[in-house]
Amino acid sequence: MNALKKFGLKVRVPALSISVALLVGALFIVFTDLEVLGGLLSDPIGALSLGIGRAAVAYSALFRGAFGDPATIQKALESNGDILVWARALRPLVESVVASVPLIFVGLGVSVAFRTGIFNIGGAGQFTMGAVGGTLAALFFGAGVTPAPIAILLVMLFGLIGGAAWAFLPGFLKARVGASEVITTIMLNFIAGQFVFFLVSNFEFIQKPPRIQPVSKELSQFVDLPGILPIASLRLDIGIIVALLTAVAVSWFLFRSTRGFELRAAGLNIAAAKYAGMGATTSIITAMLISGAISGLGGALVAVGTVKQLSPGIAGSVGFTAIAIALVGGTRPSGVVATALVFGLLQHGGSLMQVQTGIPIEMLLFIQALVIAFIAAPELTLGILKNPFRRRTRAVSK
Amino acid sequence: MRLELQKITKQFPGVLANDRISISVDKGQVLGLLGENGAGKTTLMNILSGLYRPDSGKILIDGKERIFRDPAQAIDAGIGMVHQHFMLVPVFDVTESVVLGNEPTKGPLGSFDRATARAQVVELSKKHGLHVDPDAKIESLPVGVRQRVEILKALYRKSDILVLDEPSAVLTPQETEELFDIIRGLAKGGTSVIFITHKLNEVIAVADKITVLRRGAVAGETTPKKATAAKLAEMMVGREVQLTVSRSKSHVAEPILQVKGLNVLNDAGGRAVNDVTFEVRSGEILAVAGVQGNGQTELVEALTGLRLVDSGTVALEKKPLHAGSPREIAMAGVAHIPEDRNRDGMIKGMTVAENYILNTYHLPQYSKNGLLNRKAIAAATEQAVKDFDVRTPSINTDIGSLSGGNQQKVIVAREFSRNVRLVIAAQPTRGLDVGSIEYIHRRIVEQRDAGAAVLIVSTELDEVLALGDRVAVMYEGRIVGILDAKQATRERVGLLMGGITK
Repeated sequence: MNALKKFGLKVRVPALSISVALLVGALFIVFTDLEVLGGLLSDPIGALSLGIGRAAVAYSALFRGAFGDPATIQKALESNGDILVWARALRPLVESVVASVPLIFVGLGVSVAFRTGIFNIGGAGQFTMGAVGGTLAALFFGAGVTPAPIAILLVMLFGLIGGAAWAFLPGFLKARVGASEVITTIMLNFIAGQFVFFLVSNFEFIQKPPRIQPVSKELSQFVDLPGILPIASLRLDIGIIVALLTAVAVSWFLFRSTRGFELRAAGLNIAAAKYAGMGATTSIITAMLISGAISGLGGALVAVGTVKQLSPGIAGSVGFTAIAIALVGGTRPSGVVATALVFGLLQHGGSLMQVQTGIPIEMLLFIQALVIAFIAAPELTLGILKNPFRRRTRAVSK
Repeated sequence: MRLELQKITKQFPGVLANDRISISVDKGQVLGLLGENGAGKTTLMNILSGLYRPDSGKILIDGKERIFRDPAQAIDAGIGMVHQHFMLVPVFDVTESVVLGNEPTKGPLGSFDRATARAQVVELSKKHGLHVDPDAKIESLPVGVRQRVEILKALYRKSDILVLDEPSAVLTPQETEELFDIIRGLAKGGTSVIFITHKLNEVIAVADKITVLRRGAVAGETTPKKATAAKLAEMMVGREVQLTVSRSKSHVAEPILQVKGLNVLNDAGGRAVNDVTFEVRSGEILAVAGVQGNGQTELVEALTGLRLVDSGTVALEKKPLHAGSPREIAMAGVAHIPEDRNRDGMIKGMTVAENYILNTYHLPQYSKNGLLNRKAIAAATEQAVKDFDVRTPSINTDIGSLSGGNQQKVIVAREFSRNVRLVIAAQPTRGLDVGSIEYIHRRIVEQRDAGAAVLIVSTELDEVLALGDRVAVMYEGRIVGILDAKQATRERVGLLMGGITK
C-alpha cells in the first residue's frame, strides 16, 4: 500500500501534465479550425459543437493510431487466430513501441550525462554516429561474412564505439579546457549529419545503387535483426529487448556501482566530489563515453533493424525529444522508459491523426512541449489538482 | 504596536512544527526568541510574515485580529522581516535597495525620483542612527552594513514590528555589538523587535523578554535579569548542558603536523597565506583565530589538498604532504571538517549512508569489483548514526532534509571513521545549536585525548578560547602570534586579530 502510494506520488505530476497537455491540445484543435472560427460569431453554439466534434474525432484517431482500433481488435479476437487480422489489430501498438525504441536509448544516454551534471545535448549526433558504426559493421561483416549472431554483436559493438567516440570529444574538451558541452555537442550534431551525407553519397560500397539518392544500401540484405513477435509482418525486433536491458544496466550502474556513485556525486555537487577525492576530469569523460555509447547503440539498432538504411536525417527529432524524456522521467531509467513509451504512443498515434483528420503531426510536438512545460512547473500542475476556483487575494498597497 | 500570537499551530506532513505557540511583544520591547534549529522559530516567523497560514491560532495587532494571506498584507500591517540571507541586488546602490518596490516617483510618466528617495533614506538613517552611505553599491559593502540596509528597508516600509532572523550569524563580534546598539535605539524609538537566535549571550545582552521554544512549543518565558546562560540552555535543549567543554590537561607528545614557510595563492592570484610556519603535536589542539578572510580558508584548503601549495612544505609525521591529492591526504590519516558544509562537506540529494561513505567508498570494505557493497555500507552507517546520535528517520533519508546539527554529525562521524592522526576542523560549529556544539566539541576533544593532533580554525573567539591548548592568530595571511592557552586572553587575541602586535 505504501509502495503504491509512493508510486502514485512519483507519477502524479507527469500523468497530470500529460492529461492537461492533451486538454489544451484539444482547445487548440477547436480554435485553429477555420470553419469553427468562421462560424463563431454567427452561430457560436453550432461552431463550438462542430469544433468539439472535430477534436473528438482527432483524439479518437490519435488513440486508435497509438493503441489500435477496438473494432479491429474485436475482430481479431473472433478470427480464430487469423494472422493477417491479428497483425492489423496489433500493428498500431507495436509501431508505437517501435517508435519509442530510439527514444529510450537516447533518453537513457543523455540521462547518464545529466546525472553527472553535464548537459549533453548531442544525443542526435551520437545516435547518428552509432548508426554509422552499425551500418559499416553490417556492410563489412554481414551477408555471411561472419555468422549472423556475431554480425549482430558487431553491429551493436560498432554502434557503441561510434556513439562513444562522438561523445568523447566534447567530454575531453570540457574536462581539459572547460569548453561548454552545450556548444560542442550541438555543433557535433550537425557535423554527424553531414558526415553521413558524405559517406552515403561518395562510397560505392555504402550508397544504394543506382547511386542517385544520398542513402545507404538496404541493410536487411546484410544483417537481419530477429523479430520477437510470432507474427513476422510486425517489425518489433530485439532492439526493444536491448533497450530494456540497457535501462536495467544503467539503473544498476548509477545506483550500485562505485563509478556510478562518483558520477552522481559529481553531478549533484562538484565541490564536495572534489573534497571527497573523486577526480572530476575522469567523471566527466566517463559519463560522456557511457552517455554516447548508449545513444550510439540505439542508433545502430534503429538503422540496421528498424529503418534498415542509413540516411543523413536518421536521428530526426530524437535528440531533442530524448532530452525532454530524460527530464520528464526524472533521469531515472524506469521513468525514462515509461516516458519514452508515452511519447512513442503519441508519435505513432499522431501520424494516424494526420492521415485521417488532416491535423498536422506538429500538433503532437505542441502537446509534447506542453507536457514538458507542465513538468517543469510542478507547482502549477499540482495547483490544477487543487480547487481551481479558490481566489487568491492580494492586498492593494496604499 | 503590540503584537500577540495566540496558540499558533502548524502541522506539516509528519511534523508538528508549531504546537499552540503563544508569544507577545509590546511597543518598544525587544523579544528574544530562543530555540535550537528545528524548534519551530522559522515556521512561526513565516506565519507572522504571511508566507504560511496557521492551521489554528490568531495573530493580534493592538488587540485586533489580523489574517495575512500573503507577505504583502503582513508588510502593510507593519511587520518587517530581516532574513538571515539578505535579499539585496548586488549592483544596486543603498538608496535604490532601500526604496525598491516602493519607489517615490515624479512627473506624468512616474519616473523614479532619485533625489527624494535619497533624501528619505538619509533622513531615515539619521533618525535611527543607522549609518550608511546612500550612494555605495551593495556589492562593495561588508555584511554588517548590508544588514543595516535590510533594516532600513523594513523601516522605510513603516514597520513597527521588526523581525530579525539569526541576525548575528554573519557578523563579527564588533558588528554584532553595533547591531545591538541599533536594536536598542529602535526599541527606544517605539519599534517592537523580535530577535530570533540560538545564541544565549545575545538574548541576555539585548532582549527585554525571552521566550524559549523547544520542539515546536513554548518551553518557557523569562527575562534577562532572571536568566543565566546555563538556565536558558537547559530550557532550550530540555536537559542540563555543559556550555564549556571540560578538558583534562593535554598530554602533548611528538609533532604530527609540521608546516614550514608555506605560501598559498588565492583565486585571484594574490598571496593568501604568507610564509606560515607552525606545528601541531600529538595530543594538543591548536586553534587558529582571525577575522574571516585573512587566509584561513586558503590555509585549510592547502593542507587538505584542495588548493595548490605555492611554496613551502607540509609534513604529516615527517612524511611530505604538500603535493598530495585530497584522497591521499585523507588516507594518510587526516580528518577534514570543511568550513562550508553545504558546499564541500556533504551532497544534498544523496542519502545519509551515501554521505557517510563519501570519501571512503573506494575502500575494499565498501567496494568490490567496482560495485558498492550496500550491506556493509548500511551496517557501518547504522553504527555511526547510533554512535554519533544522528537524528534521522533512516540512513536512506536525504541528508538535505536533516537539521544542520545532524548534518554536521554525519560529517564528523565520517571524518572520524578513519584512522585519524590529524584533525583539521574549519568552523566546525558554524550555524549549529547549543546541543550540537557541545557534542561536536566533545568529540573533537576526544580525538585529542586519543593522541591525534587537532587544528581548529574558527572566527568565533569563544570557540577558539574554549578549545585551544595554544592559540594562533592569522592576520593578512600571516600568523602574527601563537599564544599558550594561559596567555590567550580575549583582549590579547582580539588585538592580534586586528593586526596589532605592538
